[in-house]
Amino acid sequence: MSIEVRNVTKSFGSFVAVNDVSLTVPTGELVGLLGPSGSGKTSLLRIIAGLESADRGQVLFEGEDAGRRDVRHRGVGFVFQHYALFRHMSVFENVAFGLRVRPRSRRPADAEIKRKVTDLLKLVQLDWLADRYPSQLSGGQRQRVALARALAVEPRVLLLDEPFGSLDAKVRQELRRWLRRLHDEIRVTSVFVTHDQEEALEVSDRVVVMNHGRVEQVGTPQEVFDHPATPFVMGFLGNVNMFHGRVEAGRAHLGPLSIDYPDHPHEAPRAAQGFARPYELELARAAGGDGFWATLRHVNPAGAVIKLELEDGETHPVQVETTRERYEALRPQAGERLYVRPRQVRIFVAEN
Amino acid sequence: MASLALRARSAPTARATHEPRAVKAALTLAAVGFIGLFLVVPLAAVFVEALDKGWTAYVAALREPMALSALRLTLLTAAVAVPLNLVFGLAAAWAIAKFDFAGKNVLVSLIDLPFGVSPVISGMVFILLFGRQGLLGPWLEAHDLRIVFAVPGLVLATVFVTFPFVARELIPLMQADGTDEEEAARVLGASGFHMFRRVTLPNIKWGLLYGVILCNARAMGEFGAVSVVSGHIRGQTNTLPLHVEILYNEYNFQAAFAAASLLACLALVTLVAKTAVEWRSARARHPEEPHVD
Repeated sequence: MSIEVRNVTKSFGSFVAVNDVSLTVPTGELVGLLGPSGSGKTSLLRIIAGLESADRGQVLFEGEDAGRRDVRHRGVGFVFQHYALFRHMSVFENVAFGLRVRPRSRRPADAEIKRKVTDLLKLVQLDWLADRYPSQLSGGQRQRVALARALAVEPRVLLLDEPFGSLDAKVRQELRRWLRRLHDEIRVTSVFVTHDQEEALEVSDRVVVMNHGRVEQVGTPQEVFDHPATPFVMGFLGNVNMFHGRVEAGRAHLGPLSIDYPDHPHEAPRAAQGFARPYELELARAAGGDGFWATLRHVNPAGAVIKLELEDGETHPVQVETTRERYEALRPQAGERLYVRPRQVRIFVAEN
Repeated sequence: MASLALRARSAPTARATHEPRAVKAALTLAAVGFIGLFLVVPLAAVFVEALDKGWTAYVAALREPMALSALRLTLLTAAVAVPLNLVFGLAAAWAIAKFDFAGKNVLVSLIDLPFGVSPVISGMVFILLFGRQGLLGPWLEAHDLRIVFAVPGLVLATVFVTFPFVARELIPLMQADGTDEEEAARVLGASGFHMFRRVTLPNIKWGLLYGVILCNARAMGEFGAVSVVSGHIRGQTNTLPLHVEILYNEYNFQAAFAAASLLACLALVTLVAKTAVEWRSARARHPEEPHVD
C-alpha cells in the first residue's frame, strides 16, 4: 500500500505546522520523518492517519483519496509516543481490542482471536506477559505491546509517532534494531517520526528531513548524510563546523578559511556558508594546503574517536575528530597552536 | 529504608518538618476536640433526641403517613435528579475535557454557577420563571400545568442545585487522561459507542460513582431551593428536610429528630461509600501490586 501526500497544509491558529508538503512512500518501505520539535512531522503523521484533518491537500492510499474515509476505516496502525495502552485491560485484551470491536459480521471467533493475539505477542516476544496489565510492564515492553496492538488489525499502513522517544538509550538501540528486523519480516508500508538523526539514519529505508513545516530533503540515509541539500540538513544530521563568509571571483572566503570555489566565477560577492564535519578536519604542526591556525583547548580522549576542541584566531570553536592512531602520532598538548586543514568543505551560497 | 529511619531517629532536629512532641499533641487535641464538639456531639444529639421517648415512639414517628410521604418524595426527587445529572455531567465533562471550542471557559463557569449562588436564589429563579406571576406563568396556567408548588418544581430545583457534582468530579479526571486512549480506540476501528463503553467509561468509573454519591447526598438533603418552590403542602410537596422543619416548628421535637436521623443515616452511608470509592479509585489509578479484575 503506497502513501501519497499531495500539497498538504495544516495550521493551528496562526502557526503553520505543515506547509504545502508533498511526499510519496512506496509500498513496503520504512520511511523516517526526521526533524526538530515543531517541524510538523507529528502533525503530518497524524494527518496521514486521519487523526487530524488537513486544511488543504490530499492523502492518497494506493491512489485512492483516504480523506473520504473516517479514521476508523482507513486501515492504519498507529503507535503512540506514550503508548496509549488501555490501562484497565490486560496485554492480551489490548492486542485483541481491534478485533473485538469489529462489527459482528467481520469479527473473528474467540478461538481465532486467541490464536492471532498469541501469534502477535510471540512476534513481539511478549507472549509470556499476556495476562499482565500495562502498568506492570517496562517502557520497552509497553511499546512492543502497542506495536502488536496496531498490527492486530492487519493495517495497510503502519504509523509510529516517536516510537522510542520515551525510552532510555540502551533500550532504544535494541528496540530500533528489532523494529528494523521486524519490518524486513512483515514489509508493511511504515512511516515513523523521530527527532533523533541517528535513529532515522539507522532504521529507515528513506529519510524525510523536515523543518518549519516543510520538507528539506528526501533520500536514503546515505544520500541525506553525504549530500545534504540544505544548510539545515547539514547541521541537523550530526555535528558540524560552520564557517560564515562570502564567495567571489572563484574563491570562497569563509571565516579563517579561503578556498577555491569555481562554481562562482563572478566578481559580485554573495553570502555563503561552509560546512565541514569534525572528522573531515585534519590537524598538523606545519602549514600546508588551504587551512588555518587554531589553538587546542580541550581533548576528550575517551571513546573510539578522539574529540578535540580548538579555537580559531577569532575564538570561534572548532571541533575535530580523529582516530586514536593519528592522535597518538601527533600527541598535541592543550594550548598548542595547530594547523587545521579541511579534507572537504560543503559550501551553500545564499539565494539572492 | 532501614538506614533512613535510623538516621531520622538519631538526628531528630535535622528534619525541617519535625515538631516537638508537646506541639504535636496540642495540635492533634485541638483538631480532635473541634471535630468532636462540632461534628460528633451534634450527630449524637440527633439520635439521642430521636430516641428520647423510646424505640416505639421513634418507629411511630417514622411510620406516620406524612413522614412516609416525605420520604417517598425525597427518594423520587433523587431518583429523577441523579440520573439526569449523571447524563448532563458526563456530557459536559466530555465536551470540556476532550474538545476545544469557543466559549469553553464560559461553560466551565456556568457549570459552577449553582455552587456560587445561594440555594434560596436558585429556588426563586424557578418561581420567577414558572410561578403565577412568572414569565411562563400564564401559559402554564392556560394549559393547566403546575410546576412550582408541585413535584416538577422540586425536581427542577434539585437538578439545578446538584448539577455541578458529577461534571466537577469528571472534568479534571478526563483532562488528566487526555485523548490518547480514545484516539487509539478509534484508529483500531472502534465506534463512538464502543470507545466510550470499553475505553473511556472504565477509566472514569470510580470518579463517576464518587460524583453520583455526592450528587445523591445533596439531592436528598437539599433544603433552601426546595423550600422556596415547595409551598410546604403536607403529604404532597414536603421532602424529608422540609418535613423536619415543619415538625420542629410545631415543637414536635422527638418526631423532628426521628426524621432527621434518617437524613443523618444517609450522610453516614454516603461517607462510608465515598471513602470506599476513593480508596478503590486510588488503587485503580496507581496499582502498586498486581491485581486481578
